[in-house]
Amino acid sequence: MTVPANTSEVASSNVDIIMRKFSDTLRSFDLKTAVYPFLGIVIFLFFWNVAASRIDTSLGQFPGPAQVYQQSVTLIEEHLAEQLKAEAFYERQEKRNAKKLAKNPDAKIKVRKYTGKETFLDQIFTSLKTVLFGFFIASAIAIPLGIICGLSDAVYKGMNPLIQIFKPVSPLAWLPLITMVVSALYVSEDPYFEKSFLNSAFTVALCCLWPTLINTAVGVANVDKDLLNVSRVIQLSALTHVRKIILPASVPMIFTGLRLSLATGWMVLIAAEMLSQNPGLGKFVWDEFQNGSSNSLSRIMVAVVVIGLIGFALDRIILMAQRFVSWDKQAVLR
Amino acid sequence: MANKFLEISKVGIEFPTANGPFTALKDVDFSINEGEFVSIIGHSGCGKSTVLNIIAGLYQATYGGVILEGKEVNAPGPDRAVVFQSHALMPWLTVYDNVALGVEKVFKGQKTKAEMKSWVEHNLALVKMDHAMRKMPHEISGGMKQRVGIARCLAMQPKVMLMDEPFGALDALTRANLQDSVMEIQKELNTTVVLITHDVDEAVLMSDKIVMMSNGPAAKVGELLEVDLPRPRERVALSKNEQFNYYRQQVLSFLYEKKGVVDFNSAKQQSDKQLKAKQQDSNNDGDETIADKAS
Repeated sequence: MTVPANTSEVASSNVDIIMRKFSDTLRSFDLKTAVYPFLGIVIFLFFWNVAASRIDTSLGQFPGPAQVYQQSVTLIEEHLAEQLKAEAFYERQEKRNAKKLAKNPDAKIKVRKYTGKETFLDQIFTSLKTVLFGFFIASAIAIPLGIICGLSDAVYKGMNPLIQIFKPVSPLAWLPLITMVVSALYVSEDPYFEKSFLNSAFTVALCCLWPTLINTAVGVANVDKDLLNVSRVIQLSALTHVRKIILPASVPMIFTGLRLSLATGWMVLIAAEMLSQNPGLGKFVWDEFQNGSSNSLSRIMVAVVVIGLIGFALDRIILMAQRFVSWDKQAVLR
Repeated sequence: MANKFLEISKVGIEFPTANGPFTALKDVDFSINEGEFVSIIGHSGCGKSTVLNIIAGLYQATYGGVILEGKEVNAPGPDRAVVFQSHALMPWLTVYDNVALGVEKVFKGQKTKAEMKSWVEHNLALVKMDHAMRKMPHEISGGMKQRVGIARCLAMQPKVMLMDEPFGALDALTRANLQDSVMEIQKELNTTVVLITHDVDEAVLMSDKIVMMSNGPAAKVGELLEVDLPRPRERVALSKNEQFNYYRQQVLSFLYEKKGVVDFNSAKQQSDKQLKAKQQDSNNDGDETIADKAS
């Protein structure tokens, strides 16, 4: 072997090593999870910007990404300003009460709540509380009921017509009825929950019920027959049977139902808040629409994006819960 | 045969269909002694698994019944534990927990927790799976899963162990390995076993008695064959054994020469005539084999 050939071989192997390391780092940087979503968003923003600049409404130009970002900053600033006001109010109240007590220790002091305008962030918080409350009520009813429906053919056949009839009803149709029933039955001097909160929550619960109920029932009814036979041979008690066989086997279907439920619940809540003027993001959107200032459309668009982000986050949270609960850690969850 | 251990007495079963009841089994009648290894063989769809499910209590016989130690049984229970073809392990439980699921129920109040633990471990050791107790079912091979299924069954200390084509889904080498294990364990514990199979070699190798079922509908027991081969049986040596091959030939002849018995009664009359004619020939054959053995 000649010397020059040898050196070139060494050189090429060095290049090889560098190239391999380079391609390794490229490969370890997962293109699909990082770059593609980013690209998708950038392309969307571009088209949004182009389209928005061409739409003129009676409330001014349709907001592009820049205006929406600006309004989101303004909304947070407004919230902070409102918080300062509230703090100042409570401070004044405290001082006033302290003075009163100093003059006369037996004086009746009044502690009033600050009743300032509800800011965007307050509305987000209200909506989140409402949807989660409604969702938990619905799940607490739908999962046990679904298990019973899945286990017993008779119960399923009895329930099925009711499920099929009530499932397609828009919960908004229930809203007036719920409002009247809540105000008739929930009579309390010092209510723990606001009536408007209960109205929205029950409306959400009514539409969260069906996907969970149906998916749970289907999941339970389709548990592998051999596994059921094992349980029969062992003569497991009904409770152990549900706990050790039925529940783990139907976890994926139950969670599919829960995710569908929460997604529809969140959608319906916004509509219900708009319709009934119950506090929440829906009311914020409606108020801004009625307000009709030049910033309104941008502020509504902020709400639209936030509603979407929250819906996405809620779905991810349930997915995380499923990962935590599910026995099948290999399953690809989407 | 006054005290038969397990008696399948004139069992018939009908399944409701759109075109009226379908008779799957009719007058299935045989009995099993304690400690006996019995195979039920037949073409697929003949209803042999149905027989096993009736013994297990998973299906209810329409006619007749199953009598275990003098008592009729018609509900599933751990005294007739089943090994399923699909292993049927709970995928969310570890190997240990799968076996413990049955043990905790069957020995509730009889064994302490520590005793139960060592009993589960003992049974897993019996099927040589004690090394993988903490593994999940998806982490072990098909043959290993079936071993765990057998351990779960044994751990319930059944009076009869019912095996529904337990080796059907395994490759040939794994199957042979597992057959040897089952024979070993059966000899050691003297368990009564009912094995459903469609594998002629498996039936002859493993059984003391082979129940051959006619084809459905209205399937019934066609022939009974006592397999009188000494144990332990060794597959390689047996493959050259003439008696083994004689039994094998008997089962094969039932399955392939007398198959397709749809209307059993009329077919039986027909085949009886044929049999009589054949018997004269086969009698000569039989004489020869006996003569061979004697020599």
